[in-house]
Amino acid sequence: MIPLSWYLFLSAALFSIGLFGVLVRRNAVAILLSVELMLNAVNINLVSFWRYGNTASMDGQVFAIIVFAVAAAEVAVGLSLIYSIYRRRNSVIADELDLMKW
Amino acid sequence: MNFWADPIKIIYDWLMLTLTSWGLDGAVANIIADLLGIVLLITAAMVLDIMLVWVERKVVARFQGRLGPNRIGPFGLFQPFPDIIKLIIKEDITPNGADVVVYNIAPILSLGSVIFLWAVVPLASTIYGTDLNVALLYLVAAGALGTLSIIMAGWASNNKYALLGAFRQVAAMISFEIPMVVALLIPTIIAGSLSLKDITASQSGGMWFFLFSPLGAVLFLISAIAELGRSPFDLNEGESEIVSGYHIEYTGMKFGLFYAGELLHAFTFGGFAAVLFFGGWHGPWASQYPLLGAFYFIAKAMFGYWVIMWVKYTVPRIRIDHMLAFNWKFLTPVAFALLIITAVAHSLLKGAGFWPYFLGMFFSNVLLGWVTLEILRATTHKQRLAVETPNPVAHH
Amino acid sequence: MDASQVIFILSAALIIASALMVVSTRNLIHAALWLIATLFGVAILYAVLEAGFLAVVQVVVYIGAIAIMFIFAVMLTRKEMRDQGPQVNSTWPLSAILSLLTFGGLFVILSKWDGLWKLPQAIPDGSQDTLTRLGVALTSPEAFVLPFEVASVLLLAALIGSVYVAMNKK
Repeated sequence: MIPLSWYLFLSAALFSIGLFGVLVRRNAVAILLSVELMLNAVNINLVSFWRYGNTASMDGQVFAIIVFAVAAAEVAVGLSLIYSIYRRRNSVIADELDLMKW
Repeated sequence: MNFWADPIKIIYDWLMLTLTSWGLDGAVANIIADLLGIVLLITAAMVLDIMLVWVERKVVARFQGRLGPNRIGPFGLFQPFPDIIKLIIKEDITPNGADVVVYNIAPILSLGSVIFLWAVVPLASTIYGTDLNVALLYLVAAGALGTLSIIMAGWASNNKYALLGAFRQVAAMISFEIPMVVALLIPTIIAGSLSLKDITASQSGGMWFFLFSPLGAVLFLISAIAELGRSPFDLNEGESEIVSGYHIEYTGMKFGLFYAGELLHAFTFGGFAAVLFFGGWHGPWASQYPLLGAFYFIAKAMFGYWVIMWVKYTVPRIRIDHMLAFNWKFLTPVAFALLIITAVAHSLLKGAGFWPYFLGMFFSNVLLGWVTLEILRATTHKQRLAVETPNPVAHH
Repeated sequence: MDASQVIFILSAALIIASALMVVSTRNLIHAALWLIATLFGVAILYAVLEAGFLAVVQVVVYIGAIAIMFIFAVMLTRKEMRDQGPQVNSTWPLSAILSLLTFGGLFVILSKWDGLWKLPQAIPDGSQDTLTRLGVALTSPEAFVLPFEVASVLLLAALIGSVYVAMNKK
């Protein structure tokens, strides 16, 4: 039998690794990859709370499915934005996209 | 119960008895028996794959008016073995600058994604890998893994043409997944379950699903051929088109894995067409004798595979932009219209008895087919008029 | 140490190792492939948690669509085929400390909760299995049909928006 704490610590670790990736990576696509890690950590949390709580109501799984849909929408829009920035400025390094700063 | 009524259980009980009598713990014996079952299923699929090489070459030869392999063994039956020996003894080249790990994993993942499918195929009423309650979605998931392997192959080859072929192939495959998923929803609605065992069980007594929904069967066939990457949708891997696309840099047994994976994938989709629309393992006396059911299933799958080959060797190739336009402008709207009509007919006629249900479903399909043909006819008429009407030349 | 614990430990090791490779590898295609390994580990976890539908949907949606989109985006946004330059920016010691603090903070908050070491109860074997109940929850007006429909409108907006943003306006 697996206690709930194992799942929660795993998702906390995955979330922290994703957070590290977002703060540290230079390439914009790599930042989005790390955001995906954080979303997966949240999903693991939701589904394990569904399983270890009230499995009669499907709230946890429905919430996880909505998170799937939102993640897909966000990745689609984010990647198309990155692609159009690349077409314009010819670079996707986040440090170099600072047009509004002097 | 005797052997013929339930072969797998007899074998499993005998195996557990033998393993526990050697002193092994019950749980460990269980795991070993499961592993042996997995190995047996994979071996059966791969041996079938070897025979499919012979079937493919004979059938293509007959379609093209020639004899095919007939020297090695009676009727050329042992032809696959020299083919395999040739592939094994070829030099194994890794192109310069290729990403070695990704390059080597891609063919393994491509064949693996097909073998994964055999875990849910119901060969008979008691012979199947496992009874997943989300088996149809598992089918789509294994297809997604196959798509991934193609893009890995295209990227890791360090070759422009491989990458371009892989891009186009993946774009075509993910586009045609939409009509395929909708076509898979049709037997789900009629049977009320995503599990392949339940879908097969609800086709008992001769009520095969292609009678209820012929348009669904045709839709599944077309989108399955596109998913497989076979002609007429194989622009991305034809030798005369893009120099074999993502296969270019693969030699020897790695190419053999891609080739064997493609043949087995085609046969597996023939099997799925049989399970979903043609009654699976049902047939005379199939419920009492599971091995006879398995024989019927393999025969129906072979027929489905023959239809796929028939389409391949008869219809010319379609260009990539025509292929994608065909999907997005024709196949997806038809698929969604079919889904809506099937769902409405099912919910209205569900409790009305067999004949109203059957006639309602069948005629709703016929109606949709007729409406589609009328719309197509009007569109092509308009296009033909636009092309054929002579332009008035300016006269002075 | 029964079978489900062994499977959990193996898939957790796969997830953490692949996530660390995602955030630290220099080659971006490899980062996308390590993300695929992470997503596969998460799908295994969903299967262990007896949410089989979510496991398969994870493979289809995340690995079959989102990860492939990432690979396409990585291939389309580079001037040359080799990766160059450092892949981490100059603030990385501070960010490492911050993420360790986040993990530590979550750890502390969780250990103060008394329901932490709960064991799973058996899923009540009602008249419907979880797949049917999920379908009913997503489409019944007393349950979650409205968020479901709003999510589909969101996906439509994202589809139109991303096509418009990335379009070549000639």
